[in-house]
Amino acid sequence: MTSPSTAAAQQARYTWGGDEFLFVEVSESMSLAANFKVMTLASKLSAADLPGIVDICPANASLLVRFDPDVLAPSTLEETVRDIERDLGNEEEQALETRIIEVPVWYDDPFTAEVAERFREGFHQEPGGTDIDYAAKVNNLKDAAEFIQRHHEQPWLVSMVGFVAGLPFLFQLVDQDKQLEVPKYLSPRTDTPKLTVGHGGCFACIYSVRGAGGYQMFGVAAAPIFDPAQALDDFKDFMVLFRPGDIVKFRPVTEAEYNEIQTQISEGTFRYRQAPATFELSKALADPAGYNQELMEALNGI
Amino acid sequence: MAFEIKTPGLATTVQDQGRTGHYNVGIPQSGSMDQYSADLGNALVGNTPKEAVLECTYLGPALTTGRDAVIAVTGAPVDVKVNGESRPQWTRLLLKAGDELSFGVIQGGTRYYIAVQGGIDVPEVLGSRSTYSLGAIGGFQGRKLEAGDLVPVGSPLNGGQLPAGDTVADEFRPAYTKEQTVRIVLGLYDHRLTEDGLDNLLNGEWKVTPVADRMGLRYSGPGVKWKERVQPFGAGSDPSNIVDAGYAVGSIQIPGGTQPIILHRDAVSGGGYAMVGTVISADMDLVARAAPGTATRFEAVSQEEALLARKELAERKNEAWAALGASR
Repeated sequence: MTSPSTAAAQQARYTWGGDEFLFVEVSESMSLAANFKVMTLASKLSAADLPGIVDICPANASLLVRFDPDVLAPSTLEETVRDIERDLGNEEEQALETRIIEVPVWYDDPFTAEVAERFREGFHQEPGGTDIDYAAKVNNLKDAAEFIQRHHEQPWLVSMVGFVAGLPFLFQLVDQDKQLEVPKYLSPRTDTPKLTVGHGGCFACIYSVRGAGGYQMFGVAAAPIFDPAQALDDFKDFMVLFRPGDIVKFRPVTEAEYNEIQTQISEGTFRYRQAPATFELSKALADPAGYNQELMEALNGI
Repeated sequence: MAFEIKTPGLATTVQDQGRTGHYNVGIPQSGSMDQYSADLGNALVGNTPKEAVLECTYLGPALTTGRDAVIAVTGAPVDVKVNGESRPQWTRLLLKAGDELSFGVIQGGTRYYIAVQGGIDVPEVLGSRSTYSLGAIGGFQGRKLEAGDLVPVGSPLNGGQLPAGDTVADEFRPAYTKEQTVRIVLGLYDHRLTEDGLDNLLNGEWKVTPVADRMGLRYSGPGVKWKERVQPFGAGSDPSNIVDAGYAVGSIQIPGGTQPIILHRDAVSGGGYAMVGTVISADMDLVARAAPGTATRFEAVSQEEALLARKELAERKNEAWAALGASR
């Protein structure tokens, strides 16, 4: 992984999206340290409570801020963010108060298989095969089973929420040489099943709604992550489940378990297994596997 | 009181000034594509600028009113009919209970607006009545209108007071032309274009393709070139790819270097394509009016010029309201 000192020392690039958006690129490449810096900038800017801030959108390695220039001068906003960035260098420990959420997934499911079958020739690198077999191959893994194992055995960080309502981008908490990397489809599909667990580049995602998509498809999450009706208890406060900084642990489920969860959802009794956690960057960078083990204990203690 | 939808039209939705504050979780701003036209519709019927209107795309609805109603149709030129008889646009109209409002063929532009005294009275979701179809929230049950829908209309505001003027003067009506110059501020990832690529963007002629909706408008034209380089980790293999980032509304991305896409009010909030500039806020309505085939030039302006244009547009809206004898 990129050491925290390099990512923290590297100065962000400031640029404008017209008269309403400030864009701060912390790093051109993806790393845990860059994402951590983005989230810290976002939370400190939010705490500064500047009048005229409209939206603060932390992304994987960059921050997008929407502002009302009638209230907040662009130069004032830029100076504020630059000041926050400068002060970050002086901080001893970077920690994130967050939570770990267990997400049940039916890997290699029939829903994504059906859609994948419709988008092969002209869409996929290997029209004759499946997305998981392809992903296993390009990652030099033995078979689909080994890929699935690698996909769920270590947790992921929600490094960005967006694209469509409530869709999380996920970055696996492992060394860079262990990251699963898969190209996106050659051309985007016009259809993706709701709750598809996808993968493009080094990012996993969960499609919150049905629609277009270009990521490879590996399975389907069993429970909603976007609930506009706010019917389930996990959505009482807000219709979107994930927030940047959440940690996700996928749990493979069988068809029978998947169906059992569907019953719980229709009866309104389903709850995500989750636990609060403090995520410390230095520990995660020093010993990813060991630290992940420690984090998971919070979840196992429930 | 409600409008009963007889035929829904192509894509008729409830919209207002939009929903901000939730872009960080992928919920776009939504709102009327052509805010200026929707705003003046509200002026004509005695509303504040905040009331929700119906946005009609190309083919409008046929609807009947359950009670006498004061309405106005603004936006793209179209033949407005009440019980089959033509009526003027940009003018306040009185509908009697049971009257049917319908439309002829659109004669330019893309969208027109039905404003009604009291506004469209659907519940607010996250602070706005705007429809976000993909997320199925806001508007009328989170979707475009369908035949048989009863769309609720609110009670008149300000004790039913209407402005003295009942028609928007020609000078305050937008033009719907086959050619546009859209002002942009270069930035974000423009440094990744080659010199020729940038030259094509700013000096080439681009045409709006039929692939244009509330999420974005795709253009065709001379294409651009991206600088070759070793792509950073996580960014994807094409030189037009970046590590997935937040998208500025109005920003222009050019996947693969061929067709630019301008992101509009229902845009996806982020993704992995580099953006090379952003349409200034004052020209977003102009882009919204662009029908397929519209020849477009992108003119680079400074942020100071963008802010000045923003101020001028706000003043123009104030003047148009004042000319009607309405106050914002």
